[in-house]
Amino acid sequence: MPAHETGPEKHKAPAAPQYVITAENLTKTYGDVIAVDGISFSVPAGESFGLLGPNGAGKSTTMKMIGGVSQRTSGNLTIMGLDPEQNGPEVRAHLGVVPQQDNLDEELKVRDNLLVYGRYFGLPMSYLKPKADELLEFAQLTDKAKSKVDALSGGMKRRLTIARSLINEPRILLLDEPTTGLDPQARHILWDRLFRLKEQGVTLILTTHYMDEAEQLCDRLIVVDKGRIMAEGSPAALIRDYSTREVLELRFGSERNASIGAELEGIGERLETLPDRVLIYTHDGEAALEEVSGRGLRPLTSLVRRSSLEDVFLRLTGRSLVD
Amino acid sequence: MTVLTQGHAVTDEARNRRFGPLYSRNARAVIGRGLMATKSSNWMVMLSGFFEPVLFLISMGVGMGAVVGNVSGPGGQEISYAAYIAPALLAVSAMNGAVYDSTWNVFFKMNFAKLYQGMLYTSLGPVDVAIGEIILALLRGLLYATGFTAVMGLMGLITTPWALLMIPASVLIAFGFASFGMGITSFMKTFQQMDWVNFIMLPMFLFSATFYPLSVYPEYIQWLIQAMPLWHGVELLRQISAASFTPATAIHVGYYLVMIVLGLMLTTGRLRSLFLK
Repeated sequence: MPAHETGPEKHKAPAAPQYVITAENLTKTYGDVIAVDGISFSVPAGESFGLLGPNGAGKSTTMKMIGGVSQRTSGNLTIMGLDPEQNGPEVRAHLGVVPQQDNLDEELKVRDNLLVYGRYFGLPMSYLKPKADELLEFAQLTDKAKSKVDALSGGMKRRLTIARSLINEPRILLLDEPTTGLDPQARHILWDRLFRLKEQGVTLILTTHYMDEAEQLCDRLIVVDKGRIMAEGSPAALIRDYSTREVLELRFGSERNASIGAELEGIGERLETLPDRVLIYTHDGEAALEEVSGRGLRPLTSLVRRSSLEDVFLRLTGRSLVD
Repeated sequence: MTVLTQGHAVTDEARNRRFGPLYSRNARAVIGRGLMATKSSNWMVMLSGFFEPVLFLISMGVGMGAVVGNVSGPGGQEISYAAYIAPALLAVSAMNGAVYDSTWNVFFKMNFAKLYQGMLYTSLGPVDVAIGEIILALLRGLLYATGFTAVMGLMGLITTPWALLMIPASVLIAFGFASFGMGITSFMKTFQQMDWVNFIMLPMFLFSATFYPLSVYPEYIQWLIQAMPLWHGVELLRQISAASFTPATAIHVGYYLVMIVLGLMLTTGRLRSLFLK
């Protein structure tokens, strides 16, 4: 993550940015449940844009509306200047979609999955055959080309799903929790692949409840909770605006965490008590730790770390992102 | 690393096709997928669907036929019992093939394989998916009908060249059942509900004048049977097999044409509300 945080997109704005996605007061209700509650955002071409929020925040519903497979209740939405409800097939011709749950075609072999998916976009075999091989290489699945899908590991399936989403050379890639359920190594491989796409100018729209993922991949993100936008900005700007530079994490044991708050009063800028730990927001974690010791308090463990988006979310909603 | 996401003119061409709101004129991609999947895994199931009516024809036609002897055909002429039930079994086989493809297969793809969800995240529309799946069911119906007609020929049960018209007529019957079957399946959520399909199909198979004439029933049962689609299929094929055409032939064909139109409306409407919530 680069250190300069001056928001380069702000400077570009007067030069009429080409928004590939524009949402205004986008709302979706299921009966009495409001899944998405009047959110607005715009995404310029080439940006990597994140929707960060806990489960049930309305991220996937927003993704489905962008893909034109879910009808909005009210508000406006345009993708490449088109309304996905009126022009579903045409809008999706521009998109690559990586859904939350893999829906690979288990009746087809790995490479055939790519070919058949390309046919759904109306692409000719003469283009698809070399393209499929290229994408298999990108997904590091070349030696699995003739395997059955159910013989692949979770990480491989995910990479195949991403490769599949690229078959039509989409301008916009929708990724709904792309690394949920993957082990750390598989996640890092995936991040690397996504980063390469970003370098090639693909617009990435990404939902996640992983802070590190958002910090790694997103130029800009919105923090969503209960269908509303809580904050918007680059990861660095959000941390700067909603948190302190450092965080001191203290664990006093589950019995004492709750009652220790009063004794820590005045240390750092802000105090957050969670069931398993106490967080002290401060510009200098080490100094705060010394002050804690100076008051004669002996935490079981202590940790000084940089502020993350997790802290931003906690500050905005009072809750952790991943329980 | 090569450039992955730009540079091919064909992808722009594919994006700049003419699209409808629910249809992208690309049902052939859905058909292509079905054929590829069949090639790699499903062909045994297909074979069993072909043999079922053949076994019925042999056991009932040859076995029961020896007891029953000759019966009166559609034009009043004497025909063998096997020749009497063969067109009915062909209608049943067209129905079974179409219903199996459009109910169980579609149910599985919809609820377990999530195949349609994947398709509808591409530039395919629900109408492409519906047309593609129905045409697949029809291809299967065509295959069964051709095979069964060949068996009839081998058993000496074909006496007029008109009988070859049974093949397209079987496809018409399959179309009626497939277009409705897919729409009905879209309402099903559990395996128990899917069993209702068998609960309707089996009595229809047994009682639609398949093995004996309609005249054995009291009049009100006759009306009920005549309201059912399979009876029209049985009668249509039986008339064709004997080249004995009457004004009723047109009614049978018309019944299926109406069934096809209503079924397609139901199916596309349901797919739209299921996948474009």
